[in-house]
Amino acid sequence: MTKGAHASDGSSGERGRRVPERASVSGGCCYQARFAPANCSARRDPPAREPNDRPSLALALVLVLSLMARPMLAQEGQANARGKALYDKWCAECHGDAGAGDGAAATHMLPRPRDFTRAVFQVRTTASGELATDDDLRRVTDEGMPGTAMPGWSSRLNAADRDAVIAYLKTFSTFWEDAAPEAIALGRAPRASAEGIAEGREVFQTLECFKCHGQLGRGGGQSAPTLKDDWDQPIRPADLTQSWNFNGGSTVEQIYARLRTGLDGTPMPSFSDAIDANVITDEQLWRVAQYVRSLSPEQQPRPQDVIRAAVVVQLPAGPDDSAWATVEPAYVPVVGQIVVRPRWFAPAVDAVWVQALHDGQTLALRLTWHDGSKSPDPAWDEWLGRMRDAMSDGDAPVATEQGPDRLHLQFPARWSDGLERPYFLGGSTRQPVSLWRWSSVGDKLEEGTSTGLGRFTAAGAGNASHSARYDRGEWALQINRALVPADSTAAIPFMPGRAIPIAFFAADGSNGEDEVRGAVSAWYAIYLDVPAPPRVYVAPVVAVLLTAGLGLVVIRRAQQRGFNSVRGKE
Amino acid sequence: MKHAMLSAVTVLTAGLLGAAGPAVQGGSVTGTVKLTGTAPANPKLDMSDEAACRGKYTTDPVITASGGNLQNVLVYVKSGLPAGQKFTASTTPVVVDQEGCLYHPRTLAVMAGQPLEIRNSDPVLHNIKVVAKRNRGFNISQPTKGMKTTRTFTAQEIAIPVACNVHGWMHANLNVFTHPFFAVTGADGSFTIRGLPAGTYEVEAWHEKLGTQTMTVAVPATGSAAANFTFKAGS
Repeated sequence: MTKGAHASDGSSGERGRRVPERASVSGGCCYQARFAPANCSARRDPPAREPNDRPSLALALVLVLSLMARPMLAQEGQANARGKALYDKWCAECHGDAGAGDGAAATHMLPRPRDFTRAVFQVRTTASGELATDDDLRRVTDEGMPGTAMPGWSSRLNAADRDAVIAYLKTFSTFWEDAAPEAIALGRAPRASAEGIAEGREVFQTLECFKCHGQLGRGGGQSAPTLKDDWDQPIRPADLTQSWNFNGGSTVEQIYARLRTGLDGTPMPSFSDAIDANVITDEQLWRVAQYVRSLSPEQQPRPQDVIRAAVVVQLPAGPDDSAWATVEPAYVPVVGQIVVRPRWFAPAVDAVWVQALHDGQTLALRLTWHDGSKSPDPAWDEWLGRMRDAMSDGDAPVATEQGPDRLHLQFPARWSDGLERPYFLGGSTRQPVSLWRWSSVGDKLEEGTSTGLGRFTAAGAGNASHSARYDRGEWALQINRALVPADSTAAIPFMPGRAIPIAFFAADGSNGEDEVRGAVSAWYAIYLDVPAPPRVYVAPVVAVLLTAGLGLVVIRRAQQRGFNSVRGKE
Repeated sequence: MKHAMLSAVTVLTAGLLGAAGPAVQGGSVTGTVKLTGTAPANPKLDMSDEAACRGKYTTDPVITASGGNLQNVLVYVKSGLPAGQKFTASTTPVVVDQEGCLYHPRTLAVMAGQPLEIRNSDPVLHNIKVVAKRNRGFNISQPTKGMKTTRTFTAQEIAIPVACNVHGWMHANLNVFTHPFFAVTGADGSFTIRGLPAGTYEVEAWHEKLGTQTMTVAVPATGSAAANFTFKAGS
């Protein structure tokens, strides 16, 4: 499919379905009457444009018209007033009173809230550079933008109110005057197949998607540190292995739509022109969408409160040991630390995956997380500079030099039989936590106690051992520790059969993060399966031996008796 | 209504004038743009990560001057044209080429409605992102060598950034006019703006790094008026 894919060449039937955009914006021009009275009233009231050579008649006409017009304008004014009232109440805090994306909370957000004055929209069904359709805007207001501060509003505002807000936000840009954005025809996906996905992978290479998204789709491609949006804010390429964070949705159709339309305002371009120029075929682009979809699990994983450590005979030797492949990872979402100053609203890491095994003597944990940079990396200096500009507002400025990547694990410092757990952000003076701090600089693991974020005292060094590796946008870290630690001054024993509280902290040094600015989890629990005690193995053997022995005795006795009776007869 | 009629008449008149003879009728503004002082060194480029472009250019030619003649300066009539007058855009495209992971030329000027043809002469993916305020920007990809894309613009706007996100160092600037009275200086620093009706105009010279210079020029009905600009570099 080449040009035929565009709406402009589409069938009239398809067009008929798409056109009503304007009608539903409540009169296109006149809802903007207050802002562009000259344009609008002129179009609505043709008699006013008649040449007037009799002033008195003209005056009367104007009077009558203004009386007629008043109720209509008031009605539309009310609709607009409703939109404005809702916008002021729910939206302006982030998007700004005049829609410039500069509300009070905006400087704490990355990506920044949408600036409506430029009328540039990421998630559209229209060609690159076009406005969004009302359906496009409805989808984003209804469902929100995953991975950003924008929530869905369908549960808070009714449909009419949401439409009123959409109508109102269009008053922030003159681009909406007389605009009738049309969706492009997207066609239908070819049947998915293993060959199709393999082809998609090849086209992904040909199109050089990896330049930003990385060879394995985790982000962190070579261009990633230089990326910025239309407002010069740093922006990350999507992690293609986490489809639940895709702006615009995670289905093959939605991914294909983003490839065709691009994500305006971001570095992600449209590939429609490449199809028009016969550089690639429409089917090939569908294959890319199918391949990208295949990089993520079918469903967004659900966080589970309990991470289970099964018993094995031999623990994996390192984070890349194939033995880990059979252990189901637990998904632990992490969010920006916005409680303790300096707060952090733009964490680079949004999930840690945890696997655990033990052999009755030692617990082995494997932690993996996506991080586009192996910090510190000079290629990311420019990125850090932009993060500093973007996120230094309010709290202490972001560091001028890249720190290490970090992964912290915390456990309660003391066993408690009650339900109370220490404060989740690094514990407190009253209830300290036992902390393991891994750092990419020098690849070192520190052990100690913590009485709050950034308040760490080394203790119990050498209880744990570790091994880490970085591969194309992913860290994998294995930590081993004896269930009963050699030095118990700052570490609890891990007892099988009990749920041990555990919490996580991750930081990306290239993103300006440190031991306070980073991403945190709530408390989870790790449960070590109880190894079968020796008697489980001994008892059956004893039973078998006993049974066999008794059986032999019985047989022997029977044989003896038979022999005797035969001899007696003789 | 009156306004619409006036516009229609103007368009018609402009069309008739256009049909009556070549655009070179009228006066012209011609001159040279000079650079004095020591220009700051252009930023170094590191294209080592891009095999297709590695080593082709080692600096970003933000300021290009030879013998004091400044290239890539946009010179245009800023004011003085009759209000409401409409001009017909040329259908000849202005071409921008991506070669060696740089834009050629670096300063682009088109009339609203005139096609801008974007070419990729590199065997790599480029995306072309135009971040406009008064025009609709766009972001399109050109994954292969030889690909061409054409776009047009609608509103007058100066210094629209054009950039490639795959290669963060690639920058050009696009300038859109609703009249045809603009030019970009060549390697010798010279420019000519042709076809101006007699009158007094404000002419501006704009450079992406060195800023703007403005002068008032009286243009005769036929013949040429001089407008020489000098930019000072450094302190």
